[in-house]
Amino acid sequence: MLSYITDYLKSNTTPGQAGNLFWAFVYILLIFLGLSIAVIAMNWLERKILAHMQVRLGPMRVGPHGLLQPIADALKLLIKEDIMPAEADKAVFWTAPLIVVITSFTVFIVVPFGPTHAVTDMNIGVLFMLGVSSLGVLGIVMAGWASNSHYPLIGALRSSAQMVSYEIAMGLAVVAAILMTSLNGMGVYGIGGHGDGTGTLSMIGIVQAQQAQHAWFIFKFFPLGLIAFFIFAVAMVAETNRAPFDLPEAESELTAGFHTEYSGFRWSLFFLAEYSAMIAVSSIAVTLWLGGWLRPFPNLLTGETWDLIFSLFPAATFLLLALLAFIGTIRMPRHSYFRIQTLGLGGFAALLGLIGLILLIPPVRDRIQDIYWFSIKVAGFMYLYVWYRGTFPRYRFDQLMRMGWKVLLPMGIGVLILTALVGVL
Amino acid sequence: MQPVATTFFFYLLSGLALLGGVLVITRKNAVHSALALILTLLALAGLYLMLYAPFVAGVQIILYAGGIMVLFLFVIMLVNLERSQKEEQFNKQWVIGTIAAVGTGILFVLVFVKSRELPNLVREHVAQLPEQSNTQQMAVSLYGNYMFTFEIASLLLLVAMIGAVVMAKKRI
Repeated sequence: MLSYITDYLKSNTTPGQAGNLFWAFVYILLIFLGLSIAVIAMNWLERKILAHMQVRLGPMRVGPHGLLQPIADALKLLIKEDIMPAEADKAVFWTAPLIVVITSFTVFIVVPFGPTHAVTDMNIGVLFMLGVSSLGVLGIVMAGWASNSHYPLIGALRSSAQMVSYEIAMGLAVVAAILMTSLNGMGVYGIGGHGDGTGTLSMIGIVQAQQAQHAWFIFKFFPLGLIAFFIFAVAMVAETNRAPFDLPEAESELTAGFHTEYSGFRWSLFFLAEYSAMIAVSSIAVTLWLGGWLRPFPNLLTGETWDLIFSLFPAATFLLLALLAFIGTIRMPRHSYFRIQTLGLGGFAALLGLIGLILLIPPVRDRIQDIYWFSIKVAGFMYLYVWYRGTFPRYRFDQLMRMGWKVLLPMGIGVLILTALVGVL
Repeated sequence: MQPVATTFFFYLLSGLALLGGVLVITRKNAVHSALALILTLLALAGLYLMLYAPFVAGVQIILYAGGIMVLFLFVIMLVNLERSQKEEQFNKQWVIGTIAAVGTGILFVLVFVKSRELPNLVREHVAQLPEQSNTQQMAVSLYGNYMFTFEIASLLLLVAMIGAVVMAKKRI
C-alpha cells in the first residue's frame, strides 16, 4: 500500500498515465482547493481593481481593506432563501447550475501546471477542453428556458447564438496553434529548433513542442502567431460571457439575464462556474501561445545561476505580498476600534511571509516553479478580464455578431492558411 | 494505463444511451426530448472512448453535444411549446412501425447469432488502434487514403449550406 503511494514519486509522468488513483485523487483535490481559493481571491480583486480604476475605494468595511468581503458574501448567499419560481420547469431548473459547475471544473483534468503536474495527459487534450467547456452553454440555455420568464429566455437565446458564433473563430485559432506544433523546422523564422516535429493535441505535448522549437507560439511566424492569439483572446471573452460581450446577462437590458430567477446557493454556483471557466480558457491560451509552465527564456538564459535566480521568483512574490500587507498593518489607524483588524492583517502578513519562506527551501523551490510560472501567466489574463470590464462599453448584439462572423472568422481562416503556407515553404 | 471495469462501463453507457433514446420519443415537451438526446450523444462519446477512439469521442462532444444540440435548443425555444403540446404527437402508423421495428430486431439478432458462430468474422476485423496515435491515424485516413471522397463530401456540405442560405434569405 505504502509503496503504491511512494512509487509514483519516482516515476516521471502524470498520475493519470501512471495509473495511480491515489495521486490522481490528491491532484484533483489540490486543483479543486486552488480553484476555490482563486475564485475567492478574484472576487475580491475584481471589485478592488474596478473600484480603483473608477477612483473609488471598493470594499473597505469587512476586514482590513475588505479582505473578508468574499467570505461574508458566501455566507450571505448560503443562508439566503432559495426561491424556485412556481411555473418553472423543476427538474431542468435544478440541473442547470450543476451542469455549468461540473463542466467548468472537469476541464481542469488536462490543464498542465507542469510537465508532471496534471491529473492526466490526454491524447486529445485541447479537444477535450474545448468540447467540455462548450457543454457549459447547455447549462446556461437550460437555466434561461427553465425559469419560464422573459428576461432569462432572451439571455439564454443570446448566449447560445453568441457561443456558437465565437466557437468557430476560436476553433480556427486553436487549429493554427496546433499546426505550429508539427512545424518544427523553424522557431522564429529559422532561429533555433531542428528536425521534423509531429503534431500533437495533448496539452503537455504542446508546451514541450514550444520548448523544443525555442519559441512561444505567440512569437512564431511573426505576426501569424500573434494574430491567432488575438483571435483567441477576443473569442474567449465572448465564450465566458464577460464584459464587453456580457450580453446574456446585460443588467441594463435584461435585469440579470439567464440567472434572473436564481438566488442563494444556486446563483453562487453560476458565479463559481463563470470564474472557473474564465480561468480554464485563460489556461488554454497560456498553454497554446504563452509557453505554459516554461519560465522566460528557458533555452537562452541557462546555467545554474539563471536557474537559481528564476527559482527564487515564487518566494520573492510571496515575500513582496507579505511586505505590502505588513506596510498596511503599520499604516492602520491607532484606535482601539481597529485593534482586531490590525491583528488580523498582521497575521495575514505573517502567513504570506511564512509561505514565502517555505518556498525558499530547495526541494520545494524546484517543484513549485512550473506551477508558479503557469499561475502567474493565468493571473495576467485574469487582470486583463477585469481591465476590459473597467474600460470597454458593452457591444450591441448586431455588432457582436458582425464582429464574430465578418471579422474574426475570415481572419481565422486567413491565419490558418498562411500558417500552413509558411510552414511548408 | 490498463482499462478498468470495462464490462461495467459498457453496460452503464449503453444503458444511458438507450434510456436517452427512449426518453427522446416519449417526452411530450420538445426541450426535454432535446436534453435526453444530449444524454444519448454523451453516452455514445463514452462508448467511442472505450473503443480506443478518443478523437472521435472528442469530436462527438464538440460537434453534436456542444454545437448542433445548442442550435436545436435555440430553435425549439423559439417555438410556441404550449400550442405544440396540445397538438397530436403521433400519426398512428403503428402497422408500418411494428413491421420496421420487428425487421430491424430480427436483423440485429441474426448478426449477433452469426457473430457467435463465426468468431473470426467479427473479431479479426476489429482494429485495435493504440490510443496514442488515434488522431494521427484519422488524419492519414482522411487526408491520405480517402482524400478524394473526403473532399467530395465537404463540397457537398458546402453546396447544402449555400442552398440553405439562399432559401432562407430573400435578398442577398
